[in-house]
Amino acid sequence: MIRIDHVYIVVGLFLVVAAFANLRAGRRIPGLFWGVLALPFLFGDAILAAHEAGTEWPAQATGAAVVLLGLLAARSRLASPADDDAAVRARRAEADRIGNRLFLPALAIPLVTVLLLGSSKLPAPLDALVGERQTTLVALAVACAVAMLFALRTTRSTFPAALGEGTRLLDSMSWAALLPMLLATLGSVFAATGVGEAIAHLVGLVIPTDQRLACLLAFAFGMVLFTVVMGNAFAAFPVMMAGIGLPLLIRQHGADPAILGAIGMLTGYCGTLLTPMAANFNIVPAVLLELPDQYGVIRAQVVTALGLLAVNVALMWLLVF
Amino acid sequence: MSYWPLLGVAVVIAGFVLRRNPALVVVVAGLVSGIAAGVPVGDLLALLGRSFVENRALLLFVLTLPAIGMLERHGLRERAQDWIAGFRRLTLARLLIAYLGLRQVLSMLGLTNVAGHPQTVRPLLAPMAEAAAAREGIDADAGTRAEVRALAAATDNVGLFFGEDVFIAIGAVLLIQGFYARAGIELEPLEIALWALPTAIAAFAIHALRIAWVSRRLRRKERPR
Repeated sequence: MIRIDHVYIVVGLFLVVAAFANLRAGRRIPGLFWGVLALPFLFGDAILAAHEAGTEWPAQATGAAVVLLGLLAARSRLASPADDDAAVRARRAEADRIGNRLFLPALAIPLVTVLLLGSSKLPAPLDALVGERQTTLVALAVACAVAMLFALRTTRSTFPAALGEGTRLLDSMSWAALLPMLLATLGSVFAATGVGEAIAHLVGLVIPTDQRLACLLAFAFGMVLFTVVMGNAFAAFPVMMAGIGLPLLIRQHGADPAILGAIGMLTGYCGTLLTPMAANFNIVPAVLLELPDQYGVIRAQVVTALGLLAVNVALMWLLVF
Repeated sequence: MSYWPLLGVAVVIAGFVLRRNPALVVVVAGLVSGIAAGVPVGDLLALLGRSFVENRALLLFVLTLPAIGMLERHGLRERAQDWIAGFRRLTLARLLIAYLGLRQVLSMLGLTNVAGHPQTVRPLLAPMAEAAAAREGIDADAGTRAEVRALAAATDNVGLFFGEDVFIAIGAVLLIQGFYARAGIELEPLEIALWALPTAIAAFAIHALRIAWVSRRLRRKERPR
């Protein structure tokens, strides 16, 4: 049976491969970055087990590693490698040769995940493939492996080539790949240091917290406002969740967490459509498309964003309670 | 009840507004909120490390990279561009609505990077939208052409944002799941991802209507400004 800890070790091994590929090419900062990041994946369970047993140094060392990752991220540059003509021609030829079959392996990722999730109803030995905890994530990992084998066949390439392409994509994302994980970590730290309670207390001074609608509106507009200020809905999520979503909406008013989380995040995305702080989406394209007004893209998005914000608030009001 | 840990939130806001590296800002914010709450340094590092390990599911999406990277090397993006180029005969409104739908579906399947502003909007969608506008006799002054290009870029953003959250391996869904798991609420990522569908449908409907309105307004040349 495949368990989630096996999957984490595979992720760790992939990060080690990426680290060595970068070090060998003389790119020391990304090499070090992926190498340090591999450690919590290879030894994650040991670190948590040591903590349970009262030994804190492995967790402390990991904490120091996280600080180091932050420092390395600040020193790394997002450089997209130049695309040479030969590579462009080769891709064109392959696209014409393989055609739409290129999409099939990519389709296999969501498809196999969902199939495996339904596999508890399948006869043995299929039902034994996936462990009981974190079922979706284990199914996802198996689906990725299936998709990779499928892609190897479709493109007639080799496993090392696939690892090389995976490393190329990882390098192009650089520290941005780690940001969601760091923000989730920050959410945990905020919860442990009482940030949520402090925000909830402040919110209680401003709005009547015994009323669902007031709490919901405070949550929705807080998500939008924080996202507009920071340019990133991911960063707004742990703050608003810890302050309003969890203590007031879920614990006090019994809101459904899955719906509140999904639509709450998408409410933040409405803010992303409105803010120049989300430069990659709103300012960079204005430059790329040579618009006379650098806020031209945002202007084109305002009506959609506000309409969708209203829909999201209505959906949450109807569905979460 | 102490308000000092809120300094961590202040660090996040200040760091993002001042455009410091987001990864570093987040780490510093965690340290600041811990120190402000009076947590000893040793315990704070342990808390940071333990939280990081507990949230490691958020990096699972890297397992999709070898397959997708290899498909890209063998022309996945070029193939997606061929599809978009196939919309060449459509009217302005139909072109942008077809692109919106395609972008949303590709994002739902986790293929967020086969399209985008540098990959498809600048080389394909924007010039095709301008050409479609010209065929419909829309006045080709510089302001109108810029508005058409801006609408093309906006269409790409809406399609990406309100498609990707339906895919379970995306950072947003795993971030939501990880946050709840730490708070003692166990959810499957699929449960969360499916609840992104109503908003995805609403986003398609609202933006498609807007595209239709804007293209009608441009045809009638009732342009304010």
